[in-house]
Amino acid sequence: MTALHWVTVSPFLLAILIPIIYKYTKRIHTGWFVLPLPLILFIFLISNLPDISNGDVMHYSMPWVPSLGINFDVYLDGLSMLFALLITGIGTLVILYSIYYLSKNSEKLNQFYVYILMFMGAMLGVVMSDNLIVLYVFWEVTSVSSSLLISYWYQREKSIQGALKSMYITVFGGLSMLGGFSLIYVMAGSFSIREIIANVDLVTTSSLFVPAMLLILLGAFTKSAQFPFHIWLPDAMEAPTPVSAYLHSATMVKAGIYLIARLTPVFGGSPEWFWIVSVAGLVTLLWGSVSAVRQKDLKSILAFSTISQLGLIVTLLGIGSAAIYFDGVPDELYYTAIMAAVFHLINHATFKGSLFMTAGIIDHETGTRDIRKLGGLMTIMPITFTISLVGLLSMAGIPPFNGFLSKELFFTGTLNVMNYEMIDLSTWGIIFPVVAVIASIFTFLYCAILFFKTFTGKFKPENYDVKVHEAPVGMLISPAILGALVIIFGLFPNILSYTIIHPVMTSILPNITEQIEVNFSLWHGFNTELFMTFIVIAVGALLYVLMKKWSQTQFYLNERDPFNNLYDHGYNGLIKGSQAITRVQMTGLLRDYFVYMYTFIILLAGYTMFRSDAFAVDTVNVSEISPYMWALSVVFILATLAVPFINNRITVIVVVGVIGFMMALFFVQFRATDLALTQLLIESVQVVLFMLVFMHLPKLKKEVFKPGFSLVNMGISIAVGAFVTIMALSAFAMGSEAGFDTIAEYFIANSKELAGGYNIVNVVLVDFRGLDTLLEILVLAIAALGVVSLIKLRFTGREDV
Amino acid sequence: METIIIILAGVLVSVATYLVLSKNLIRVILGTSIFSHAAHLLIMTMGGLKEGSSPLLGEEAATYTDALPQALILTAIVISFGVTSFFLVIAYRAYQETNTDNLDILRGIKDE
Repeated sequence: MTALHWVTVSPFLLAILIPIIYKYTKRIHTGWFVLPLPLILFIFLISNLPDISNGDVMHYSMPWVPSLGINFDVYLDGLSMLFALLITGIGTLVILYSIYYLSKNSEKLNQFYVYILMFMGAMLGVVMSDNLIVLYVFWEVTSVSSSLLISYWYQREKSIQGALKSMYITVFGGLSMLGGFSLIYVMAGSFSIREIIANVDLVTTSSLFVPAMLLILLGAFTKSAQFPFHIWLPDAMEAPTPVSAYLHSATMVKAGIYLIARLTPVFGGSPEWFWIVSVAGLVTLLWGSVSAVRQKDLKSILAFSTISQLGLIVTLLGIGSAAIYFDGVPDELYYTAIMAAVFHLINHATFKGSLFMTAGIIDHETGTRDIRKLGGLMTIMPITFTISLVGLLSMAGIPPFNGFLSKELFFTGTLNVMNYEMIDLSTWGIIFPVVAVIASIFTFLYCAILFFKTFTGKFKPENYDVKVHEAPVGMLISPAILGALVIIFGLFPNILSYTIIHPVMTSILPNITEQIEVNFSLWHGFNTELFMTFIVIAVGALLYVLMKKWSQTQFYLNERDPFNNLYDHGYNGLIKGSQAITRVQMTGLLRDYFVYMYTFIILLAGYTMFRSDAFAVDTVNVSEISPYMWALSVVFILATLAVPFINNRITVIVVVGVIGFMMALFFVQFRATDLALTQLLIESVQVVLFMLVFMHLPKLKKEVFKPGFSLVNMGISIAVGAFVTIMALSAFAMGSEAGFDTIAEYFIANSKELAGGYNIVNVVLVDFRGLDTLLEILVLAIAALGVVSLIKLRFTGREDV
Repeated sequence: METIIIILAGVLVSVATYLVLSKNLIRVILGTSIFSHAAHLLIMTMGGLKEGSSPLLGEEAATYTDALPQALILTAIVISFGVTSFFLVIAYRAYQETNTDNLDILRGIKDE
C-alpha cells in the first residue's frame, strides 16, 4: 500500500468510523469530522502537481487477483490528477456547505456522510485505477452510493423513484461496460490501460473493435447522462442539494467523460468513434439546452443545463479524437477541441458547483425553488445574488469569465471540423458550428431566465412560507470560493495551461505530445468565433425579451421530457410482459408441467437421435421367445392397456396388482429368483396399502372426456412410449454391436472364492456392492419416518406429538 | 425376446404417462408405480436376456444369467416401494386436509 493507494482507500475507512463518531459526538455536527479528509487529500495531490506538470506519472501496483490479471494498480497522470483534484477540492467545499445545509438535529447525518465518503472513495478509485476491472468495481460503487444519496430522504416517493431510475440506467450502462472491458481483454490480453494503449494495434485490427467500443460507450453515455440516457439526471434532483452539486454537476456525471478521454488513445482515430461520440454530444447539447428553457424549477434547469454542458464536452472529445486519425500531424486544427474540452471541464465544475449551491441556498432560505414564485431577491440576498450572477454569466459565455473562453474555444473546435479531411466533413461539418450556435443561444436564454426570474422583479413576501433573509456565512463560503475561481480562471486562464491542461492533453493524445501548445488569450481579435458570440447574445436577448409571447405555448408549458414517457412505458411494459409470460406458463397445474417436460424431452432427445442417426434395431443377438412368454405378454399388454379406462377404484387396484404379479412371473422367466420373491412380496404389501388408503379416499370420478385435453394427453403418452421403445431398441442394438463383455463373469468366478457365498445376487448386494444396500435401507427408514410424522404431526396450533 | 420386452416396457410407459397427466391424484400415483415397472423391465433387458441358470452357484450350470442387473433391480424395487408408500400417505393426508383429490383444485393459492 503506497500513499496513492491510501488516497482511494481512506474515504472508505473513514466511512466505517463515521457511525461510531456520530453516536458519541451528538453535539458536534458530524461533517466537521469528515471535512479534514478531502482537504488533506487535496493538499497531498496538489503537492504532487509539479511532478505531474513536468510530465512524470505515478504508478504503483498492488496484487489483488494476480491469477486473473486483476491488480489494484493506481496510476496518476495529468487526466487522473485533474479529476482527483476536482473530486477532493469540490468534495471539501461540498462537505463544508453541507455542514450548514443539513441540520444536525433533524437529519440522519451518519447515513449522509457514510454515503458521500463511499462515493468519494469510489470516484477517486475510478479515476486512479489503471486496471479496467478495478475501475469497473469502483464504477459500480459510485452507482450504488449515488442511488443511496438520491434516496437520502427515503420517506419521499419521488426520491425513491429517482434513485431507482438512476440505478437502473447507470447499472445497465455499467454492465455493458463490463462486457466491453472483457472484449478488450480478449483482444489485448490485459486489463491494464497502459498496456492496452501500448499494444493498441491488437485492438484496432480486431473484429471485436466496434462491439467493444459500443459497449463501453454505452457505459460512458449512461453515466454522463448523454442523449437518450439523460432522463435519470433531472429526477436525481430529489437528492439534497450538496449531493446534486457534488455528484450531478462536478464528479459522477464526469466519470463517463473521464472514460471517454481515458480510452481515446485506444478507440480514437476511428471514424466510428468520431461520429458516435461527437454526434451523441451534439444531440445532448442541443436537447439539454432546449429542455432547460422549459423547466420551472431551479434545480431542474441546472440539471438540464448540466446535461447540455456534458454534451458539449463530449462533442469536443469526439472532435478532438480525430487528432489520432491524422497521426503525428502537429496541427492546432485537431487538438484545439481536446484543449477546449479539458478547459471547459474545469470551468463547468467551478460554475455549476457554485450555481447548485446558490440554488440550494435560495431553496433553504425561501422554501421554494419554483421560478414562478421567486423574484426580487437581489436586495434581500445580495451575496447569493453576486455569486449566482458570476456563475450564470460564465455559463452563458459572457466575458471576462471563464465560460467565455471555453465557449470561444468550443466554437473554434466546431469550426475546425469543416477543415477536416475526413469523410465528407468539408460539407457535413457545417452542422457542428450551426448546432453549437443554436445550443448556445438556448444556454444564454435559460441563464437569463434563471437570473431575471429569481433576482429581479418585485419581491412578494406572500409567496414564501418563511421570512426570507441572507444565508449564514458558512453556507456562502463554498459557493464564494468557486465563484472566485470562475473569475480567476477567466482573467488568468494561463495559470492552468501548463500546470494541468497540458498534462491532461498529453494523457488523452499520448502520441503527439511534443507539438501541443496551450495558450489562452482573453482577447483574440475580431474573428468568426467572436461574431458567433455576438449572434448568440443578440438572439438570446431577443428571445428573452419576447418571452411573454412564447411562454404560453405548449412548448414552454410542458416541462416533462418526452423520453420519460418512453422509459415509463418501457418499464411498465416489461413488468406487464413478464407477468403475462409467467401467467401463461406457470399454471400451477401438475399436468401442464409434465406436458412441458415430456415435450422437451422428446424434442431434445429425438432431435439428438435424428441428428446422430442413432436408430437401430438388432435382430441378431436377440434370444428366442418361448410360447409361455407369448401368453404372458398378451395378458400383460391387455391388463396394462385396460388401466386408464377403469373407473372403479377397487378394479383399478386389482388390475395394477395383476401387472405387478405379472412382473414377478417375468422375473421367474428371466431366472431371477430373488427378484421374483421380492416383487411378489412388495406387490402384495403395496396392494394392501393402496386398499387401506383408498378406503379413505373418494370414489374415482370418471374423467370427463374433453377432446382438447385427453387427445393431447393421449398423443403425448403414445409419443413418450414410442420414444422410450425406440431409444431402448437402438441402445440394445448398439450395445450388442459395441462388443464389450459384461462383468458378470467376475461375479460368477469370485462370489464363492472371495465372498464365500453361492447366491450371486445376494453376494453382490451385501458384499461387492454393499454401500447401495446400506443407503437403500436408509431410504426405507426415511420413508417410514416420513409416514409416521405425516400421520402423527398435525400442526393445528398445539403440540400433539 | 428382448424386442418384445422392450415393446412391453414402451406400452407401460405410455399408459403410465397417460395416468400421470390425469387430473386425479390417485391416478398419478398409480402412474408412477407403473413407471417403475417399466424401468425395471428395461434394466433387465438391456443387458441381454441370455438363456442360463439362476445365478446360484449351487446349480453348477454351464452359464448363469447376469446377476448385476438383478441386484440393481432389487435395490430399485425397494426404493420405489418406499417412495410409493410415502406418496400414498401424502395423498391420504392431502385428502383429509383439503377434501379433494382433484389436481385442478390442488394448485396452490392464487397470486403467489
